[in-house]
Amino acid sequence: MAETAAHAARPAHVEEHTSTGLPNTKLAMWLFLGSECLLFGALITTYVLYRGASQTGPYPSDVFDIPYTSVSSFVLLASSVTMVLALTAAEKLDHVRMRLWLLATAFLGMTFVGGQVYEFTHFYREGLSLSTNLFGTTFFVLTGFHGVHVTVGILMLLSLVGMSSTNRLPDDPAFPVEMVGLYWHFVDVVWIVIFTVVYLIPNAPPK
Amino acid sequence: MSEHDTFREEIGEEGLADPRETGRPHRPHPSAKEYIRIGMILAVLTSLEVWTSYSGLPHGLMITFLWVMSAIKFSLVALWFMHLRFDDPRYSRFFMLGLVGACVLYLLVLLSFRVFAR
Repeated sequence: MAETAAHAARPAHVEEHTSTGLPNTKLAMWLFLGSECLLFGALITTYVLYRGASQTGPYPSDVFDIPYTSVSSFVLLASSVTMVLALTAAEKLDHVRMRLWLLATAFLGMTFVGGQVYEFTHFYREGLSLSTNLFGTTFFVLTGFHGVHVTVGILMLLSLVGMSSTNRLPDDPAFPVEMVGLYWHFVDVVWIVIFTVVYLIPNAPPK
Repeated sequence: MSEHDTFREEIGEEGLADPRETGRPHRPHPSAKEYIRIGMILAVLTSLEVWTSYSGLPHGLMITFLWVMSAIKFSLVALWFMHLRFDDPRYSRFFMLGLVGACVLYLLVLLSFRVFAR
């Protein structure tokens, strides 16, 4: 009841100046995501450029565990589904369900990052570090950058949950949830490319 | 009605935008059921990708399949989950700017270093 009263006391939204007819925040988010494409494009290009150029092992085939990484990929895909379900709940002004789906998304994200930490630790024990060879350098930089992005996304999700719990989100929370969702889905689409380029393609046997 | 009038009508005389608006949404966002359906398609495609990598198909064919499935998954997430299919096309243009830039960078660098000829 108190939560409803607190929501009722706040304005539903505040209009903002624009020269495009589009919300500035959303436009800026898409511009940011476009620039992120260039960042990850450069990192993926570097990985492919130096693929097979390592003079010493361990090589990808020595350390990769495709079934394990496939499970991680399923977890991240599932987190995208829970994210859109959080948005659907936010659009229906169902704050409780929205918080639950946001927490589920954050939990799945943490599972993915935990899996990545385990994988990195395992690779390190196998003798692969950032400075071992070109494969180690390009692999850890690319997947490490992605892991940092997922971690930032988790912090954003937990912030949303915290703000919602303390009634600091607007009465209609769909817009902030959509903005965080855009970032989260972007992290997912980047992983879709990394999973194929880094993990699956090297697994293909040569002619 | 001139183009300028249409634009003024869209953004209002004050040049204000409601932050909740998504520009010029062509269609409403999908339902929860549709999201789950897309999620299931993504899961099936991921399983197919993993199967393909172990299938023993010729190397070139395998890589083509993997790239195609990856592109389909990428498009499904961008179009449905990120709502590019439903929102104002200007958002897509911003995203495509970065995406095309990344693809051009990829091709230019790899062609310059003759990676495809290895």
